[in-house]
Amino acid sequence: MHELSLMEGMLEIIEDSARAQGCHRIRTVILEIGKLAGVEVEALRFAFDAVTAGSLAAGAALEIEEPEGQGWCAACGKVSPVTARYDMCPRCPTLPLQITGGAELRVKALDVD
Amino acid sequence: MCTTCGCQGGGRIEGDGHQHGHGGARLRRVSIERGLLEKNDAFARANREAFARQGIFALNLVSSPGSGKTSLLTATIALLKNRVPIAVVEGDQQTTLDAERIRAAGAPAIQINTGQGCHLDAHSVGHAVERLAPLPDSLLLIENVGNLVCPAAFDLGEAHKVVILSVTEGEDKPLKYPDMFAAADVLLLNKVDLLPHVTFDVDRCLLYARRVNPRLHVLRTSATTGEGLDAWTGWILAAARGAKRARGSHGMPALAPG
Repeated sequence: MHELSLMEGMLEIIEDSARAQGCHRIRTVILEIGKLAGVEVEALRFAFDAVTAGSLAAGAALEIEEPEGQGWCAACGKVSPVTARYDMCPRCPTLPLQITGGAELRVKALDVD
Repeated sequence: MCTTCGCQGGGRIEGDGHQHGHGGARLRRVSIERGLLEKNDAFARANREAFARQGIFALNLVSSPGSGKTSLLTATIALLKNRVPIAVVEGDQQTTLDAERIRAAGAPAIQINTGQGCHLDAHSVGHAVERLAPLPDSLLLIENVGNLVCPAAFDLGEAHKVVILSVTEGEDKPLKYPDMFAAADVLLLNKVDLLPHVTFDVDRCLLYARRVNPRLHVLRTSATTGEGLDAWTGWILAAARGAKRARGSHGMPALAPG
C-alpha cells in the first residue's frame, strides 16, 4: 500500500516544519486529501499511527479534509463536480473534464506547542 | 556516496535543536501547505536532470502483474540493441528473476526489490541508475512493480509512462484504474495474438482508455508473434530523437558516469 510511503513522507515534512518553528510537540496534523487523489483515507489513518510512533507527532490527532473533485470543460469553459476521473461535462458530453480540484495530497497545517 | 540526499553514511545535518520553550507552552496552528509527494518529486527532478545531461531517454513501464511486460522488454531489446545502448531497471517485490531474463536478452539490468513496497520511487531508481551507469545517449527502460494503482503517483524522472494492458485482462481496466491511464502517454495493448481466443472488446477498451485520457497514444503488440513491435520500437526511437532535439545542444553528455 502506498499510503505507508505517503505517511513516511508526511512525517519528514511535519518534523522538519515543527523543528524549524522551534516546537517540541505536534498535537494535531491536518491533511488535505482530495477525493480523486487515489488514496484510501482509512489506510492513511492506520499508517499514521504506525509512522508517528516515537516521533514529535506521537499520539497526535489526525484531521483529514477531503476536497470534492471538480473539473473544467475545454469546450464550454465551465467547472463541474467530478466523482471519477472519466466524468464527462454535463453540458458537452463528448469530452472528459480536466481535473482542477480533488487531487490534493498535502499537509495543510499543524497544531504545535 | 549520495550528494543529493546524504543517505549512505553521510550524516544528516539537523537544526541545532535550540528550542524557544516558555514553561507553559501554548498550542498554536502553523500553516504548512506542502505536498506529501514533494520529496519523491524532488528526486524525480534530479533524475530527470541527470538523464538530460547524459542524453538518456527513460521510459517507465507500468501494468498489472502478468501483462507480459518482461517478455515485451526482451523482445524490444532484441530489436533495438544494435541500434541504441539499452539499460534496464527491474522493479519487483522479490527475486532477481526478471533482471536475469533481461541480462540474458543482452542488456545490462539491475533489480530493485521493493520488499513490501508496491511501487518504485525516484530515490531508489536514482541510485539503481548510478550503479547501472548507462552509456551516454542510452535508452533506459524502467519496469515498475506489477500494480496499476500505486506507481501512478510516483514520478521517477521518466520521459513517458507507458501502460501495458493485455487482452487477457478486463477491457474495463481503464475505467477501474483511471489514474494510471491518465498518467500514461502510451498504451500498449499486448498479447493481441490471443484475441481470437478471448472475449476482449478492443474498441470498447480503447473507448474507455480515451475517455480517461484523450491524448493516449495506442499501439497493439504481441511479444509472441512480433506484431506491432516495429511500430513500438519506431515510436521509441522517434520519441528519443524528439526529446534530444528539444534539449538541443544541452543534450550532450556532461561527464562519464562513475
